[in-house]
Amino acid sequence: MPTYRPGPVSLIIAAFVALFLLMPLLAVIPVSLTPSRMLAMPSGELSLRHYRALIEDPRWLQSILLSIRIGIVSSAFSTVLALCFSLGVWMFQPRFTAALVGFVLLPMVVPPVVSAITLYFLLTSISGFSSFFGYDTWLGVAMAHSMMTVPFATVLMLVSLSQLDRRIDLAARGLGATVWERATRIIIPNIKFGIVTAALLSFVLSWEEIGVTLFITSVNAITLPRLMWMGLRDNIDPAIAALSVILIIITVLVLAVRSFVARQRGGQP
Amino acid sequence: MRSYLSDRMGAALLMAPLLLFLVLAYAWPFLGVVKWSFTLPSPGLGQYEALLTDDLVQSVFIRTLRIAAIVTVVSVAAAYAITVVWVRGTPAQRLIAEFCILVPFWISVLTRAFGWVALLSNRGLINTWLQAIGFISEPLALVRNEFGVIVGMTHFLIPFAVFPLASAMRSLDDRVLLAARGLGSSRMRTFWTVFVPMTRSGIIGAAMIVFVFSLGFFVTPAILGGGRSVMIAELIYLRIFQSPDWGLGAAISVVLVLFVGALMALLFRYVRPNQLI
Repeated sequence: MPTYRPGPVSLIIAAFVALFLLMPLLAVIPVSLTPSRMLAMPSGELSLRHYRALIEDPRWLQSILLSIRIGIVSSAFSTVLALCFSLGVWMFQPRFTAALVGFVLLPMVVPPVVSAITLYFLLTSISGFSSFFGYDTWLGVAMAHSMMTVPFATVLMLVSLSQLDRRIDLAARGLGATVWERATRIIIPNIKFGIVTAALLSFVLSWEEIGVTLFITSVNAITLPRLMWMGLRDNIDPAIAALSVILIIITVLVLAVRSFVARQRGGQP
Repeated sequence: MRSYLSDRMGAALLMAPLLLFLVLAYAWPFLGVVKWSFTLPSPGLGQYEALLTDDLVQSVFIRTLRIAAIVTVVSVAAAYAITVVWVRGTPAQRLIAEFCILVPFWISVLTRAFGWVALLSNRGLINTWLQAIGFISEPLALVRNEFGVIVGMTHFLIPFAVFPLASAMRSLDDRVLLAARGLGSSRMRTFWTVFVPMTRSGIIGAAMIVFVFSLGFFVTPAILGGGRSVMIAELIYLRIFQSPDWGLGAAISVVLVLFVGALMALLFRYVRPNQLI
């Protein structure tokens, strides 16, 4: 059957858009190889000094470790909360479900800067009587990140639950399974993939979160994006280019593997 | 009866933790921010009055609306072009388009803004090359101004515009297009009179998403605007951290939320939520 394909004009315009989308990602490669101490194009010789700086300067390593710790804690927290909530919605279909889900999705819809000032208010209030959980602490940042990622985790769980066959659960219920047994032995094993995806997405969102982090940290809880921000605002540090190249390569590899796996899966019905 | 009661208990127990977390750590502090806007520095409506009279605040609001409008038009048009290829191209074209959409989408906003700095700044790629070939003698001012902000935001938002457009284009019936071609309509005419009108819901959805996102955008304008073309979100940041005026920062936030809420309500009158993904 013939299909309707884009014509030459569409293809040319789309090629320009594609170039526009890739351009800034390619531009960081030459900058990362400059021998100069400032942001500049390399003229003549290339140097790996900015890559070495990433390893030798302890600030980068510290902030990477901090970001990983915050990412794991906040992703675990938001995944568990989102899982419980979505199980409640799916198993019991309570009244006002739409309103409750809408409420849970609020942090995703509200402009991030408003969430940021809200969390700033919360954490500075907590700081008044707790020094390890308030403003500029890693636990405070992890809590704020959970807040920002929990709507995304919930959406993913609700989507994977909506694809689950209700009759398996009804059968378990008919055979006398308790709520706990239905949840842990029937439903959760069937949505494993959705749960893992939600946890990974929460981790990635926390790993690159900057809008809210800027409002709730100052000198102690310096996550990787926060350190990059500091290097970008004041005097642009080419080490950021080296770091960007590494992050871009990781992203491309992960996407390539994912698309390869999806292709393999699609190949065999 | 007993099972009905235990069902309600079970639902309540499972849903309570997240709802409690959001009420305590989001809804309650937001009310605190609203309180700030009415009480700091002195109780009353002074901050809201300032919003309407302060020249700086006014100019930031107008600049934000102008930038958001330009970014919306440019990114929806650009997203439309690449989505056509992603949804209806040959398998090879689709793969390339998907790569070009998803790679930037998954890369952090900071890295992408930095990429534009590397391209557009005075000693960046574009100015270095243009000077090397003798096209210009002085570097062009491409960044630390509104142009840089618009370029960076458009780049960030194109992937977000792609998803609703793709959803609209996928649900479009091929036979309608083939019928138009079969009846002698040219490619151009089929595109403008059949294809575009039939994806209208996707265009509205994409435009709304991009517009709402651009209103509250912080990172890209702050880096690429270099403090010169300040938008609303950066103004809130400055009012909280640089010239401490928490009341004004809070009042701007409240107005921003109300405005975005009104836009979302308008959006959902025309588009169903599941058409946006």
